[in-house]
Amino acid sequence: MARKTPEINSSSQADIAFLLLCFFLMTTSMDVDYGITRRLPPPVEQNDEDVKVKERNVMNVMVNKSDRLLVNGRPMDISLLKDEAKRFMTPRPGDETAPEVETKTFDLVGDVLMSKGVISLQNDRGTSYAMYISVQNELARAFNEMKEDLAWKKFHKHLDQLTEDQTKAINEAVPVRVSEAEPVVY
Amino acid sequence: MGKFRKEGKKEVPQVSTSSLPDIVYMLIFFFMITTSMRDVELKVKTAMPKATEIQKLERKALVSSIYIGPPRDSKLGTESRIQLDDSFARTTDIADWIQKERDSRSEADRPLLTTALKVHKDTRMGVVTDVKQELRKVGAFRINYTTLKGSALEN
Repeated sequence: MARKTPEINSSSQADIAFLLLCFFLMTTSMDVDYGITRRLPPPVEQNDEDVKVKERNVMNVMVNKSDRLLVNGRPMDISLLKDEAKRFMTPRPGDETAPEVETKTFDLVGDVLMSKGVISLQNDRGTSYAMYISVQNELARAFNEMKEDLAWKKFHKHLDQLTEDQTKAINEAVPVRVSEAEPVVY
Repeated sequence: MGKFRKEGKKEVPQVSTSSLPDIVYMLIFFFMITTSMRDVELKVKTAMPKATEIQKLERKALVSSIYIGPPRDSKLGTESRIQLDDSFARTTDIADWIQKERDSRSEADRPLLTTALKVHKDTRMGVVTDVKQELRKVGAFRINYTTLKGSALEN
């Protein structure tokens, strides 16, 4: 008579599975990274001529090594930077002190009055990274608020409710015009 | 009557645990798929600053990280150092490292490669500027300043 093979005891299977589970639970890192995405400009050629930009079209933002902010030669608190940037970038036709304006036509949004202003950001080698990020963030906030305003004006929708095409149109109509100055070697 | 007495003493049947391993396996598979093992051992502190205008870093496989911050080992001082992969590096090593990162990706993915800068908030901008200049030289233009969520005015 054939002897019956005893069944393998599977009661420890659960334990083994738990062991594996614990391992993956501990090694897993579900943290998603967030951050400010930027595109670096291509390197400039040595003998390239400086692009001349009219003074009224530039807002100079400088941060010194003790994290103090200088906007167009005047000291400013970081909490006011967003509104200042927004005021500067908002087109004001007829105002001689404000940046020049031009009207451009885009798909979906139509004619948009755009400012030719550029925000130039310059920091010292001794500026802290936290301050730099704060400044970048405040400037980004100014542009995002302008995008939001335009989205509401043109589509009567919030920025995050737009379709992909609409978002693209808004991004083209409100370009993030922040230029980082070439580092100065002393 | 004796016949029925046995039935009268009703016992709650034991909950069958035979499906327990299956449930656990299911969880394992979930974690196995979502897991991304910490690929580097951090040698520098990276307490990142906070910001509000942030985007999610999509497709982690296309992100390579540069860590900059003061060394964890206090014997090495407090000056911010650059960490590439598992070791300290100098700014001059970045070009080679970017090349290596590009080579490890498929041809189609290479232009989409993003460099995430994970920088400690007390780091001086000098180091960061040097790194950025180096990245510009090798054409790694897509960068991301990795930050935490929160008001930037509290930094």
